[in-house]
Parts: sequence; C-alpha cells; structure tokens
Amino acid sequence: MTSETTTPMIGRAIKRREDPKLITGQGNFLDDVKLNGMTHAAVLRSPYAHARILSIDTQKAAALPGVVAVFVGKDLLDVNPLPCAWPAGGFKNNMNTPRAMAVDVVRFVGEAVAVVIAEDRFIARDAIDLIDVDYEPLAVVVDPEKATQPGAPQLHENAPNNVVVEWSAGNREGTNRAVASADVVVKERIINQRLMATPMETRGSIARYESSTNEFTLWTSSQAPHVMRLLLTAFVFGIPETKLRVIAPNVGGGFGQKIFVYPDMVFCMWISRKIGRPVKFVEDRSENFKSSTHGRDHVTDVELSGTRDGHITGLRVKTYAGLGAYLSTIAPGVATTLYGRIITGVYKIPNVSIDVIATYTNTAMVDAYRGAGRPEASYLIERIVDRFAAELGMDPAEVRRRNFIPPTEFPYDNGLGLLPYDSGNYAPALDKALANVGYADLRKEQATLRAQGRYLGIGISSYVEICGVAPTAWANGQGWGAGLWESANVRIHLTGQVVVTTGSLPHGQGVETTFAQIVADELGVPYDSVLIEHSDTAGTPFGYGTYGSRSLAVGGTAMVKSARKIKEKAKRLAAHLLEANPEDMIFADGKISVKGSPDKSKTFGEIALYASVGASMPDGEEPFLDETTYYDPPNCTFPFGTHISVVEVFPDTGAVEVKRYVAVDDVGNIINPRIVHGQLHGGIAQGMAQALFENAVYDDNGQLLAGTLMDYAIPNAGMLPDFEISHTVTPSPVNPLGVKGAGEAGTIGSAQCIMNAVIDALSPFGVRHMQMPATPEKIWHATRG
Amino acid sequence: MARITVTVNGKSHTSDVEDRTLLVHYLREQLSLTGTHIGCDTSQCGACVVVVDGQSVKSCTTLAARCDHAHVTTIEGLAQEGNLHPLQEGFWECHGLQCGFCTPGMIMSAYDLLQQNPNPSDDEVRHGLEGNLCRCTGYHNIVRAVQYAAAKMRGEEVSAPNV
Ligand code: FES
Ligand code: FES
Repeated sequence: MTSETTTPMIGRAIKRREDPKLITGQGNFLDDVKLNGMTHAAVLRSPYAHARILSIDTQKAAALPGVVAVFVGKDLLDVNPLPCAWPAGGFKNNMNTPRAMAVDVVRFVGEAVAVVIAEDRFIARDAIDLIDVDYEPLAVVVDPEKATQPGAPQLHENAPNNVVVEWSAGNREGTNRAVASADVVVKERIINQRLMATPMETRGSIARYESSTNEFTLWTSSQAPHVMRLLLTAFVFGIPETKLRVIAPNVGGGFGQKIFVYPDMVFCMWISRKIGRPVKFVEDRSENFKSSTHGRDHVTDVELSGTRDGHITGLRVKTYAGLGAYLSTIAPGVATTLYGRIITGVYKIPNVSIDVIATYTNTAMVDAYRGAGRPEASYLIERIVDRFAAELGMDPAEVRRRNFIPPTEFPYDNGLGLLPYDSGNYAPALDKALANVGYADLRKEQATLRAQGRYLGIGISSYVEICGVAPTAWANGQGWGAGLWESANVRIHLTGQVVVTTGSLPHGQGVETTFAQIVADELGVPYDSVLIEHSDTAGTPFGYGTYGSRSLAVGGTAMVKSARKIKEKAKRLAAHLLEANPEDMIFADGKISVKGSPDKSKTFGEIALYASVGASMPDGEEPFLDETTYYDPPNCTFPFGTHISVVEVFPDTGAVEVKRYVAVDDVGNIINPRIVHGQLHGGIAQGMAQALFENAVYDDNGQLLAGTLMDYAIPNAGMLPDFEISHTVTPSPVNPLGVKGAGEAGTIGSAQCIMNAVIDALSPFGVRHMQMPATPEKIWHATRG
Repeated sequence: MARITVTVNGKSHTSDVEDRTLLVHYLREQLSLTGTHIGCDTSQCGACVVVVDGQSVKSCTTLAARCDHAHVTTIEGLAQEGNLHPLQEGFWECHGLQCGFCTPGMIMSAYDLLQQNPNPSDDEVRHGLEGNLCRCTGYHNIVRAVQYAAAKMRGEEVSAPNV
C-alpha cells in the first residue's frame, strides 16, 4: 500500500479485471470442471405435457456397459420437493413445487422422469434411449386464462381452476367510477408473451459427497450460491447447512434463470451420496429451453381513462399470469409485487385498480427473467398510454409529459403498496431523448416519407423500475421468505492488500471491477491492491446473491460501510500512535493525519501493518483491520429514463428495420460508465428481441414449438442496431453511493419503445395495437387490413 | 475408433477417437482445452468456433476423425508469446464481453472474418458474425472490438471509443 495520492476510480471507464482469463480461454465454467472419479448424468424427460406414469422399465438401460446406475422419481422420495421462497400475498394451501423427478404424474414436456449415471456423457445419453416408460396421456392446458375456465384440465388437486393466487392492489371503487365517468376510455387486450432467458451457457450441477464427513460440495451455475445452500439443506435434504458448500464457477450469463433451485441440484447431490462418486449434469440447449425457467407469460385486459386534454384519470388492469406446472423459487412474487405495484410507471394516476390471477398450466415453470415483473408493467402502461395519445390525436411525448409525476413530489407514493419512489425527474430525460433523436425533424420526415408510401415509425417509452428490492421487513410483508440485505467483509492484510468478500457475484456485470473501484476510493488505496472474492459459500459471508440489479446498490453499499468502519478503526489506532485525539484525525490520500498538523501522520499501510501485528494495541482494541457489514437498505431504488426508437416498416415484406435507438437512462451515480453502457446495451437488446423476434410458443398439446435455437430467435449481430446511450443523473438518496442500478433498465425500457414505433409506422393502416413479437408475417397481414 | 494426428495450437497430438466424437468434445474432454465452449445442440450459437486449416468451423458440427492431419487453432492458441492477439485486446479494451461465454467462439469467427476482409464496414462485421450468438452485449461493443482489432492489424493507431 502506498501513501501517494491515488486518482479517484469512481466514474472512470476502466476496462474490466474479469476479462484476461475470459479472452484467453482460461475461464472456468461449470462444464469445464472435472473431478476424479466423476460420473455423468443424462435425464429422460417427459414427452407429454400431462400424463400419468404407469410404469418405467430401466433394466435395459442399467445393463448397458458403462452405465453405473439408473434412478427414477420413486427412489428419491426421502427428500422433499423444492421450496418456493416467495409465496406472495393471499396464498391458500395450494403451493405445488416440483420434485427432483416426477413420481406419478408429469405436468410439462421436459419434466425429469429418470436419470442415468454413466462413465461418460455419451453412454449416459445412449442409455436413456433404452428406458421404457408407459404413459397415460391426460388433457392439457397451456393458456393462463383458459386454465381458469370451467372444464379446464386440472393440474393439482389442491388448486381448483388451476389458480395459484388471486391478488389485487389499488382502489377498485374509485377506479370503476373514474373509468365510468371519463371523457375518453381506451382498452386493449395486451399479451406479454412467454420468453426464454437463454444464457449462452446452459445450467447444470456437479455434486460430490464425502462419506467420511457427510459433506456435500455442489458446483452449480448459480446467481445465488448462499441461497441455494440454504434451500437445499434446510428445505430439501433436511441436513445442517454446514454440510453443503456451494461454488458458482464462472457463470455464462444468468438473466434470472440461474437464481433458482432446480431438480438437477437435488438429484446430483442425492445420487453422489448414493453411489459414492461425483455426479455431473450439464443441460444441453433444448433441455435448457424445455426445463429451466421461462419468463413473462401474461394475458392482460387494460383500460385507461382520461380527459380530452390528455390527463389520465384511471387505470384498470386484470392480468392472467401463467406460472407453469409448478411454482419456481420466487415466481408468485414476480407476477404480483414486482409487477402490480409499479403498474402506474412514471405517471401520477389518481385511480388505479389491478387484479392478478396467477395460474398453473402444463408448461415449464415461469420465474424472474431480466426485469422480472417490471418489463411486463412498463410494457403495459407505455402501450396503453400511447394508445391513449393516438385516440386523442395528441403527440405521445406531450401526453407523457402532462402525466409525469412532478419532481417536487418525490419521494412519491403511488398508492399501490410500494415504498415511495426514491427520487426522480422524468421530464429532463424525455427532453434529452427528444433532442438526441431530433424529434421535431423526425416527425416532419415521417410525414414526407408517408406521402411517398414509406412507413417510418417513432416510438417513445418512458419507464421507471425497481432495483435492489428492500428492506427485508417490507419484502417479508410481501410474502418474501428470506432476507434482502447483502454482506461484505473488508480485511486489510499485513502486506496492505485489501481483500473484500461479498455475497454478490458477477456473471457478466463486471462487479469485481466496479467493487474494486469503490473500495479503492473509499480507502484511498490503489485499485490493484483490492481483491474481490465471491461465489463460494466457504469463503464468503452469507449473502443473497446477484439479481434484481441489487449488487451495487445493496452489495456495494455493504462494502462502503465496511470500509468506513475500517477507516474509523484506523483513525483510532493512528491517534494512539501519534498521541492525538481520535476525533482530530483526518483520513485523506491514503494518510491519516492530525488536524492542523499534517506532518503528524501515518500512512494507511503503516496502520495496516501495525494492526496486523497487533503488538501494542490500545486498550480495548483487537488486532487486525477486519470489518463486516450486513446492509439492509431503507428502500428500493427507482431508475428511470426515456427511450426513443425509429423504425421503418416495409409493407411488401413485413420487415422492420430499426434505424435508430436512443436511450437516456438515469441510473443514479455511475461508477464505471463503460460497464453501465454494456449493461444497457445488453438489456435493450433483450427487450428489442421480445418486441421483434422471440416467442416461446407451446401448441395446444403442450409441446414447446420453440424448443431449439433454430426456432427461438434470439438476435444475432445482423439483427440489431447500434445503441445511442446517454444519461441524466439523479442520485438515489437511499444509499451513500447514490446509485440506482443498471442491469435491467435497458430491458424494462425497450420492448414497448420498439412496439410503439412499429405501431406508429402502421397507423396509416389503421393499426392501433399488435401483439409481440412484431414478425414480418403479422406486419404483412396488418398492412393488408 | 479412429487414430488421428492433429496439430492443435502448434502442438501435435495422436489420439484414438470414437467415430462419433465431435471435434469440440475431443478438444474439451481429451485435450482439456476447455476454452472452446458448447452453447447449443443445433449448430446455431457459434460458442464452439475454432479455426481448422485457416478457416473457422463450428467444432460441434465437425467430427474429430475428419481432422486427421489438420491444423487447429483454438482460443488458447491465439496469444503469441504472452502478447494478446489484437482481437483479444480489442474485446478487452472495448468491453466486447460480459459473461465471456460466447467470447472464444466470437473471437475465432472474427479472426477468420478479418483474414478475409481486413477493412470491413460495421455492417460487414455484423453480418460476418451472424453465426455467433451473444446474449449479453447486444453486439454493439463486439462490433467496436472487431474494428479496433482490424485497425490495429492494419497497423493503425487505435484506442477504445469513449463512452
Ligand atoms: S455449440 Fe452451438 S454452434 Fe456449436
Ligand atoms: S458475453 Fe455473455 S454471451 Fe456474449
């Protein structure tokens, strides 16, 4: 550690420390992990969406040379089904979660039925083809609304009409009155189609069991290793938490899908204990599509009422949310709290009423996917507000401006049971986006081109979202079954190296870099002397992991707090050495000096050495600089912004070209602009993909038609434009860094931005709404009436 | 079973492979070169791209047995004497990767692209990389990274674009 002045790191677009290993092929992803004696698992999955299992014959498979063992659901009845950790409000006794493998009935295509363990993955694959299962097919329902109708096939005895939960928020009577008495009411059925997260690395697990100590180690591509450890031990296996160590190696993208507890974690652990050898399972892509969690799947009827001069007076929403055949780890909360409570978006709406009916269907489980509830909310409000503007014949930018929550009303309570929006100033972001895109000229160009038979569309989306969901007490009131604080330990080693451990973990977000920037500045030490450790429950304090754009706002703040505790102790120790008063010590430029006499000082390195040796500590002080914080924020943060896209639609082919994409995002203070831009690019790409390309379609028999990357169109480089990103900065008052979060904002702002542009382009054809994705086929038909 | 002799990253290997063994499994399982990734089962994602005899191929769609006497370059063989290849440098400088899972295949495809077209337009970069999927970056910075490398390989002064 040096005492020279260090250049501030916060705000600098430095390149990432994560990258050298990843660009040279030295990353260590799950499938790269090899253990001595490791066996390989392959899974036989149900080809039926709903069927009774009459019998399973595994004899031929077991006899194949190289096969170690074959297991079916009945073998694993001594462990519990997977837990659901967020039974959101109004739950009846109808919680149905999956077992590691189906026992009597399969309820979606892809549900695990048997597992083969073999000496290599190829033999295991060969062997699953030798298993005979006799099924009795049952009736199937895949649509979340149809599932509730009389006569629909029933998935679970304890869930009549397949209802998981009926949830509501807002003021029903007031809203009914507002809608009934309004000058203008627009209504629409709006579908937020089912999506698949599609991290480029699929999921999987490797489990090893030590019989001498009864201890498991589980390597799994996870966004939340501590949570996995807790859920697997306390809820599934009923063993002490200390008997499991969970390690997340490099994680090749998560987007929510890797937050949750999955059947493969359970069967790999169970089988490794049974056979006394490590077990590895890695999904192939079609398994990832069929059996890991999906996102969205909402069918909504929405009505918005307002005045002729563009003021919104009421919003009435009824949503059917498909949660799949069983409840995944936090699914019910995503469809309710994270969606319904922010349904008003950036607008001040006096009367709001929302009902959500979450249902079981014969499909893969639905859970948080990038944005989790907020993209569904922002899509809905931004589409219906655009529809309102079109109805009035008013500029959509102007309608938005008239209804924005004024900056003077923050912290703002939207009346739907959220904590107040922390800070916001929505008009400047809109203005900047309008200026950046050249809005006035574009509207003229649009008119000129229309006269020539060319169809340009301009789409606006103003959004707000919720990051770093907290505090724990509030989340518990929403049915969340655990904490939402985050931990950070900061230690200063004898050599002056700073070691930080955190319960957050990166899988693309670059938080090793960002965290080191923060800690370096806070302690006034060189960036390179700060090491960030994570992703292993054996080496890090308990933490809740990385999702919901919480790493920086919650995990980063925990780190700042630990660093500040370290500084306080360093001041006390320096005061002791310099025979001064601790209150008179100042900490600056890596030095601790006495106020008024700058020559009386100790470098931080000297204090670290002194504290580490601990030979003559002042009374009551322990050796070492080592501080831990468990930080539970007082509120969530609420990033916001305005995105504007320009598209051209070609009626002859139905093709859409995205010509410009301008985003102005306010994510609070920015630690590393390059990383923040990257997060926004990727987020926008995923929302744009929902608008134009992706659709996880099931047919009426419950077959996943989009079951491979040939059928599920995640965009390639030729399908996306450049992104023009800029910011306004409204610091969050919630945390000392003033940060809000950037991981999901892009996705939350973008789907409706593109759809509003496409529908604007098609307005000469009388189009007022179109369901996503806006495929060439739909557009071609729309242009022909 | 077939016996093959393959030069991988300049080193010769003689191995027995099953007839059905794919090049990607040979590299990953038999040679422990795990920098080459598997992201799909339908030849769509490009995570597995390596260069065989000067051309980029999807190693998940190539039988190892067909590579007898071939010269294969994987991501592990791109840096020379500890110096990053301009593409590796470009991806680092321009934040062309996030999770890094697609990156080895992306870089190997870009390597082939720049061999064929040392001065591509942004559009040519985008279309040249259509066989490689990235879920994290939205491709914006991947295009910058490839252009950075292209300029550097043409001997021009380069720096990462400002943000
Ligand atoms: S693994 Fe996807 S193309 Fe080869
Ligand atoms: S960087 Fe994650 S898939 Fe490309």
